[in-house]
Amino acid sequence: MNETLLLTALTIITAATPLVYAAIGELVVERSGVLNLGIEGMMLVGAVCSFAAAHYSGAASLGIVAGIMAGMLMAALFAFLTLKLQSSQVATGLALTIFGIGVSALIGQSFVGIAYSGLQPLPIPVLSEIPVLGRLLFNHDVLVYGSFVLVALVSWFLKRTHAGLILRSVGDSHNAAHALGIKVIRVRFMATLFGGACAGLAGAYLSMVYTPMWVENMSAGRGWIALALVVFAVWQPGRLLLGAYLFGAISILQLHGQALGINVPSQLMSMLPYLVTILVLVLISRDRGRIRRNAPASIGQAFHPTT
Amino acid sequence: MIRLQKRAAPSALMGYLAPVIALFITVLAGLVLFALLGVPVLDAFHAFFIAPISTLYGLGELGVKAAPLIMIGVALSIGFRAQVWNIGAEGQLILGAIAGSAVALALYEVDAWYVLPAMMFASILGGMSWAAVPALLRTRFNVNEILTSLMLTYVAVLLLSFLVAGPMRDPDGFNFPESRLFHDAATLPRLWGGTRLHAGALVALGLVVVGWVFLTRTLLGFALRVNGTAPRAAGYAGFNQGRLVWLALMIGGATAGLAGLFEVAGPIGQLLPSISPGYGFTAIIVAFLGRLHPVGVLFAGLVMALSYLGGESAQITLNLPLAITGVFQGMLLFFLLATDVLINYSIVRKQPRPVS
Repeated sequence: MNETLLLTALTIITAATPLVYAAIGELVVERSGVLNLGIEGMMLVGAVCSFAAAHYSGAASLGIVAGIMAGMLMAALFAFLTLKLQSSQVATGLALTIFGIGVSALIGQSFVGIAYSGLQPLPIPVLSEIPVLGRLLFNHDVLVYGSFVLVALVSWFLKRTHAGLILRSVGDSHNAAHALGIKVIRVRFMATLFGGACAGLAGAYLSMVYTPMWVENMSAGRGWIALALVVFAVWQPGRLLLGAYLFGAISILQLHGQALGINVPSQLMSMLPYLVTILVLVLISRDRGRIRRNAPASIGQAFHPTT
Repeated sequence: MIRLQKRAAPSALMGYLAPVIALFITVLAGLVLFALLGVPVLDAFHAFFIAPISTLYGLGELGVKAAPLIMIGVALSIGFRAQVWNIGAEGQLILGAIAGSAVALALYEVDAWYVLPAMMFASILGGMSWAAVPALLRTRFNVNEILTSLMLTYVAVLLLSFLVAGPMRDPDGFNFPESRLFHDAATLPRLWGGTRLHAGALVALGLVVVGWVFLTRTLLGFALRVNGTAPRAAGYAGFNQGRLVWLALMIGGATAGLAGLFEVAGPIGQLLPSISPGYGFTAIIVAFLGRLHPVGVLFAGLVMALSYLGGESAQITLNLPLAITGVFQGMLLFFLLATDVLINYSIVRKQPRPVS
C-alpha cells in the first residue's frame, strides 16, 4: 500500500473517532426517549476541560477523565431541567449548546495558542508489527480502540441485556414502562449522563489528539453531525460506525482535496461535510415507514409520573 | 423535601413572572461569576449593566444591537409557536447580507433612491432562499428542519468567507477579505446624530406590531398557533401542515435576511467575513425570553442587546473575556427554562407519610 494512502486512512480514523463517541452516546440517549440537542456544547466543554487538565497535570489520562466528567456535568444540567423540571427538550438542548460555547470560550481563554504533545499511540504488541496492516489497525491511541469496544458494548447492551431491554422500553413507551414499575426518570437520567460522558470524551479527543490544542468553537458542528449520524444509523450501533467513518472520510477529503488535484477553493470544499449531512438526512428520512419503525416512539416527549 | 404538583390550569401570572425571576437569578449568578473571576463585584455590575447605556451613544448602540435580535426574535416566535424549529436564522441572515451586498456592489456607480430598496428586496429573497431548503426538505422528504437549517448556517459562513475573499473582494483593497465600502445611496439613514442608530430600528418596531396583529388577529396566525398546540386539531380544521411549515420558515428567512442587510448597510457599511456576533442564535433566546410574543420579544431583545454591550464594556474596562456574554445568555435561557416549571406546576412541601 502506498504511503500517502496509508496516511490518509490513518487521518480518517482520527477524524471519525470523535464522531463515533459523540454519536454512540446520543444513540443511547435517544433510545431512552430523550432528545439532547446539546452535544455540541457538551463536546466543547469536554474539550476545554480535558485540555486544561492534561496541560496542568501533564497526564493524558487525567485529561480524558476531566473530559468525561465535564460532559457528564453538562448532561446532568440538561437532565435536571428536562426530566425533573419538565422543560422542553429542544429548547434545553439549544440552551446547553449556547451555554457550552460561552463557558468553554471563557475557560479556554488562557489556553489559546498553547500546544499539547498529544495522546501517545499505544501499539498492540506483535500485531502492530505486521507490515501495513499493523500500522493501519494496531498502532493507535487508546481512545481509538476504545471507540470500537464502546460501540460493541452498546450494541450488546441494547440487544442482549435486561437493562438494555428496560432502556428501550422506556424509550418506546414511557407510560407502559412506568406501569410495569420501571423508574422512567431514573433510566433516562442515567442514559443522558452516559451521553454526556461520551460527548465529553469526543471533545477530549478533539483537543488532545485531533488538533492537540484549544481553539474556540473547535468542534465546528461535529455535535450536530453526530445527531444526524444517529438518524443515518436508524438508531442501530453497527450502522453508526459505518456512518462515522463515511463522514470522517469526507472531512479528510476536503483537507486533501488540493493534494488530490481537485482545484476548488478551500471554503467550498469545507462545505462538503455539512452538505453531505443534509443529503444523507434526505436519503434516510424520505422513507417515513423506516423512520417510524426504528425511531424510539416516545422520543422528545416529557414524562411526569402523575400524568 | 419539596415536590412538584401539577396545576389544574397553567398559571398566567407565572407566565409573565418567570422571565423576570429568571433575569433576576441570572444577574445574581453573574455577580457570583464576577467574584469567581476575581473582579470587584460592584465595578463589574456597573461596567456590565449601567455604563453601556449611560450615554446617548450607548443607548443608540443598544438599539443597533436590539434591532436584529427583535426582528429575528419576532419571526422565530411565530415559527416556534407552530413547532417549526428554524434554528438556522444565522445562516439566513448571512445570505440576506450577501444578496443585499451583491446588489449594492452591482449598483456601485449608481446614486439613486432605488438602490436601498433593491438591496432590501434582494436580502429578503436571499434569506428566504436559504430557509426554503429546510422547508422543502421537511415537507417533501420529512427531514428534521433543526439539523438542515443548522447545517446550512455552517455552509453560509463558508460561502461568505469565500465570496469576500474572492468574487466580492474590494479590487483596490490590497487583497484584504472585505468588499468595497458602500456608497451613501446604499447605506441606511441614521436616525439620531451622535449615535449609530439606523432606520432598521424602526423596521424592528414595525415588525413587533405586524407580528402581534398577525398572531392574534388573523386566521393564518391562529392556524399557526393551533398547529403548535394541537397538530391534529389543526389537521381536522383543514389547516395544511406543509403550508404552515413553509410559512413559518419563509417569515424567518425573510426577516433574518433583512436583518443581515441592515447590518452590512448600517453599522458595518461593507461586507466582511464576519458580520454578526451570533444574532441568529441569540434571537432564539430572545424568542423564548419574550414568551414567543412579539411585545415580549421587544423587551427581551433589549435585554439581550445589553448583554452584548455589557460584555464589550466589561472587556474594555475590566479586561474580562468577551465570552462572558455567551455565558450570560446561556445562563439566562437555563434559568428561564427552569422557572417555566412554575407555569404548569406548583411547588409543594412533601407531606410526611402518615404512620399507620
